Amino acid sequence: MTELTVQAVTKAYGTVDVLRGIDVSVPSGTLTAILGPSGCGKTTLLRMIAGFDRPDTGEIVIGENTVAGGGQWVPPDRRGVGYVAQEGALFPHLDVAANITFGLPRVERRAGHRVAELLELVGLDAGLARRQPHELSGGQQQRVALARALAPRPAVVLLDEPFSSLDAGLRDETRRAVAEALAAAGSTAILVTHDQAEALSLASQVAVMRSGRLAQIGSPSQLYHTPADAAVASFVGEAMVLPSSVRDGVATCALGELPVNPDCADGAAQVVIRPEQVQLVEPHLGGIRATVAEVRFYGHDAAATLTLANGGQITTRLTSTELPAVGNPVTVRVRGTVPAYPQSTVGAAEPVGIEPSAVG
Amino acid sequence: MTASAVAIRRWGARARAYPTGVAAFSLLVALLALVPLFFVAWFSASVGFDEARRLIFRPRVGELLRNTVTLTVATTLLCAVVGTGAAWLVERTSLPGRRLWHVLLAAPLAVPAFVNSFGWVSLTASVQGYAGAVLVVTLSYFPLVYLPVAATLHGLDPALEESAQALGHGPVRTFARVVVPQLRPAMLGGMLLVGLHLLAEFGALQMLRFPTFTTGIYEQYQATFGGPAATMLASVLVLLCLLLLLAELWMRGRHRYARLGSGAARPAARVQLGRYTPLALGSVAGLTALALGVPLGSLLYWLAIGSSTTFPLGELATAALTSVGLGAAGAVVTTLLAIPVAWLAVRHRSRFSTVVERSTYFGHALPGIVVALALVTISIRYAQPIYQTTTLLIVAYAVLFLPLSMVSVQSALVQAPPSLDDAARSLGTGRLGVLRRVTLPLVAPGLGAGAALVFLAVVTELTATLLLAPIGTTTLATQFWSNSDSIAYGAAAPYAALMVGISIPASYLLTRFSKKVTPR
Repeated sequence: MTELTVQAVTKAYGTVDVLRGIDVSVPSGTLTAILGPSGCGKTTLLRMIAGFDRPDTGEIVIGENTVAGGGQWVPPDRRGVGYVAQEGALFPHLDVAANITFGLPRVERRAGHRVAELLELVGLDAGLARRQPHELSGGQQQRVALARALAPRPAVVLLDEPFSSLDAGLRDETRRAVAEALAAAGSTAILVTHDQAEALSLASQVAVMRSGRLAQIGSPSQLYHTPADAAVASFVGEAMVLPSSVRDGVATCALGELPVNPDCADGAAQVVIRPEQVQLVEPHLGGIRATVAEVRFYGHDAAATLTLANGGQITTRLTSTELPAVGNPVTVRVRGTVPAYPQSTVGAAEPVGIEPSAVG
Repeated sequence: MTASAVAIRRWGARARAYPTGVAAFSLLVALLALVPLFFVAWFSASVGFDEARRLIFRPRVGELLRNTVTLTVATTLLCAVVGTGAAWLVERTSLPGRRLWHVLLAAPLAVPAFVNSFGWVSLTASVQGYAGAVLVVTLSYFPLVYLPVAATLHGLDPALEESAQALGHGPVRTFARVVVPQLRPAMLGGMLLVGLHLLAEFGALQMLRFPTFTTGIYEQYQATFGGPAATMLASVLVLLCLLLLLAELWMRGRHRYARLGSGAARPAARVQLGRYTPLALGSVAGLTALALGVPLGSLLYWLAIGSSTTFPLGELATAALTSVGLGAAGAVVTTLLAIPVAWLAVRHRSRFSTVVERSTYFGHALPGIVVALALVTISIRYAQPIYQTTTLLIVAYAVLFLPLSMVSVQSALVQAPPSLDDAARSLGTGRLGVLRRVTLPLVAPGLGAGAALVFLAVVTELTATLLLAPIGTTTLATQFWSNSDSIAYGAAAPYAALMVGISIPASYLLTRFSKKVTPR
């Protein structure tokens, strides 16, 4: 069953088109991430679903009700949509319990209804109920904000980059607690983020947004393994984009002859290779020769930059136990099929061996 | 009007639901705040070049200019030295009883300068003249430098000084190359404030018999009743004030404190005074005795003397009630005028709202006597019915004290960011509910603080009240003034004591309000 549908929504501020026709549907009880760089319009989309802004055209349907479009307009306070803002937006004059019960009817507010239950749901100690917001850590504030949003049992919960203001250690822990709480509450949720690892690890469906349009929507593994174009490929993870020529489902490029997706037309194309597909092999097995230019050690794994005979550089992921020395010759092979994109439909081409935008 | 309407529309396109009504009202408030400035400019233009030259280039004006400038320069420098020295002793040394000294060194601001001069003049006539004037007004205004410099010293991140030391700088070089440059904005800002206060000071200087522009304007006004000579003097004074205001705006724009908000994580290491402790204690104690002890002691002395003769209870009560009533009315009106302007500036920032907001700050630089003169002349010519009414007096207070209110109201509105509105709306609260349950509870302490500040300022205001109060209306300040002017010191003292007495609850409220504004 679909809980939320966004259909052909557009929005312009003055002469700037922020959204150019967005279609998303979110199945009931799942989490959909909207992933995009800052300024792509993802927050604007979220604010329209919440009812803080009005779309110029298009429709938004929550459950059975059209809340925007088709001559309908439901104000935010009647939508039954939970909203968690970037920095929590807890009411500074109210304590934790009063914040959580803010959206409940007056009688239930008096009784401190559900405070302990909701605090437990988001993984916080019930003893925090009497604290003031400024006495909480950033991660605790975000969890209280989620508890507050969940308290009136909303049809949909919207999360606007709720983890971006937290530091790394806290972010991971808070992410997990929030995901568990959403799952336990059976909530339908939309998470807006610019962090690809966050989107891929938390969501069951990810929509990649680019300058006001959806570039691709699908499951995290679809997005990672069969990206719609080279730009999406680079955005959702570290990727090397190499020029090649395709013939009968085989691409010839600097890394040899690689099998590509069978629907790719013959001719010039760009292939996308993930660093973990590049493997070091024994020289006698045959492969491409390269020289180790740099090794980066992360502990759980490692990455190496290799210089090819033609001067190009590629990146490979290695287990951290067997590391080649810098300057040594190695032989590499590419494992599995690689996505290829005929030259004419390619997005922004990336230089070979580009550094990852975010590692881990 | 058309140009600004276009501006509203153009800038409004970006914001959501631009409040055109609020913008129009704010524009009216800004125009009201600019009335005295327009008046002075229009008058100077209409008087004609030759007449203006005849009125300005007179030996008397030269003397006033020399007096005003030398007094301002000397006092400002002295305030900088005294204020910074005291701040350093309290914030960066092992001075015993630092909390107490901090309160006592800020307290002179609560004693109006003209009450301070009364304290000195009624003890000895030898403070009349240049040196005495410099001494007395320095004692009144040095906290304007002390407070910002102390706050900066308190908030400086010790990591900066530690970094300098790690880079091989000794304590003295660290202080000179790292601490002093960071104090400079606070010091200069405080000095400019002192300058603006001095240019506007009337009561203290009149009592100290040191003629400056303000006292000159008052004399001319009494002699010719708003004739061109007084207004011409006022335009020269306004020019001086605007120079200082521009300098202040320029300063504020150029310098940002490196670390804002909650202050340093750790307190900085303090200089151990050791055997210099008695000397340091002696200097802050001496400063406090001169700045607080003399006026308050002298007030008590005259109170004792005065009550031995007659104690006009009826007159005292009337004046006190009038002062409180005017203070309350001024506070309410000024706050109500400030709210829309502040709202526009905080929630709908644009070139238009910035211009409107800045316009209200001119009152900050306009001496009470200039505002009063402008309102008297304009009301006699164009609005006869409100001349000599309480309404006109309240308008003058609003123009003068709008800046005080604006600062508090703006910081109050910042406490209630739009993201909280959004959160409340998504939790099922309507617009009115948001106002009642979120915005008002958050904003109320700041509004209260702003109102209390204006109340305090009105109760101790002298110049505009002298010129504008309807005949027969007496306030504590004017009664105090007329008695001490006729050297009836004993009779004057109870009015000053009541004025200070009324200010104390308002100051108390002020500290309560400012504590309730919790940082997010």
